[in-house]
Amino acid sequence: MEKIKTLADLKKIRDNVQAKIDLREKSEHPESMIQIKVAMATCGIAAGSKETMNYFLNHLEENGISAVVTQTGCMGYCFAEPTVEITKPGKDPLVFGHVNCEKAEEIIQKYLKHDELVEGIIPVNYETIGD
Amino acid sequence: MKDLASHIMDIAQNSVRAKASEIEIVIDENLTEDRLSITIRDNGCGMDEETLKRVRDPFFTSRTVRKVGLGIPLLQQNAERTGGKVNITSEKGEGTVIEAIFGYTHLDRPPLGDVAGTIGLLVMANPETVFRYSHSSPKGEFHFDTEEVKAILEGLPINTPEIIRGIEEMIRENEKEIKEI
Repeated sequence: MEKIKTLADLKKIRDNVQAKIDLREKSEHPESMIQIKVAMATCGIAAGSKETMNYFLNHLEENGISAVVTQTGCMGYCFAEPTVEITKPGKDPLVFGHVNCEKAEEIIQKYLKHDELVEGIIPVNYETIGD
Repeated sequence: MKDLASHIMDIAQNSVRAKASEIEIVIDENLTEDRLSITIRDNGCGMDEETLKRVRDPFFTSRTVRKVGLGIPLLQQNAERTGGKVNITSEKGEGTVIEAIFGYTHLDRPPLGDVAGTIGLLVMANPETVFRYSHSSPKGEFHFDTEEVKAILEGLPINTPEIIRGIEEMIRENEKEIKEI
C-alpha cells in the first residue's frame, strides 16, 4: 500500500473505512463494549504506558475483541505503572498493574477472551477512575 | 522520561486536564543557535499567580490521588542539564504556554522519540480537542491540524483506529523529510 503523506491520502482511507464503520455501528453499542482505560500521567508515561496503549489498540481487533480504549490520569498506584482499568459489560472494573506488552497480551488472551483472572490485579477501593 | 515525545504527551495531558479545547504543539530545531525548543500552548483554565509560583515544585500537584507532581520538574531537569530552560506563562481563564529549550547537540539531550505516536494517542483519546502540531527544521516545515483532518472526514469520527493510524503515518512520513534528529 502507498504511504500516507497528504490529507488526500488520508481521505482515501476515510472512504475505505466508512463502510466498515457503518457495519460496526449497526452491530455494537458503546455501553455493551469492554472499556479499557490506560493510566497516562507522568508516572504511567515514564513506565511505558504509551507502548501498552498502542499494544491494546493494535491487537484487539485481530483477536476479535470490540473495546473502547481510552486514557486516564494517575490512580495513585505509581509503583505499579503502567496500570490499566478494564470494565467488562455488567461487571465491576478491575485494575491491572505492571501491564507491559507481554502482560497486555496475557490479559487479552485470558481475561478478555476467556474471563480468566491473571496475576497483577490491584485491589481498589473506588468505583472508577475519576482523576 | 526516555524521550522528548513522552514529555510532550505528559505536558499535553496537563492541558487536557485543564479542559483546553485547543492545544498547540510546536517543535523547532534551530541548529544555528544549537537549540531545540518544544512549545505547548493551550486555552485551558490557566493558573493563578500562586499556582504558577509552585508549579516547578515536585511536591506540588493539583491532583488528589498523590502528593507529587513530577511532569514539569522532570521536563525542567532534562532541559537544564542540556544547558536549556523551561519558560512558563499562564493566565487564569486564558490558558498556559510552556516552552522547553534544550541544547541541541548536548550529549544529555534525550532523543525526540515517537512524536507521531504521541499525537495519535492524544487525538485518539481526545477527539473533541483541536490539536495543532508544527515541526520546523532547517530542512523545512510540517504542519498538522485536526480541524483540517475533520473537514475531509465528513463526519467520520477522527478517533477511528484506521484514521489514527493514517494520521500517525502522515506525520511520520512528513517528518522523515525535515527531521534532523
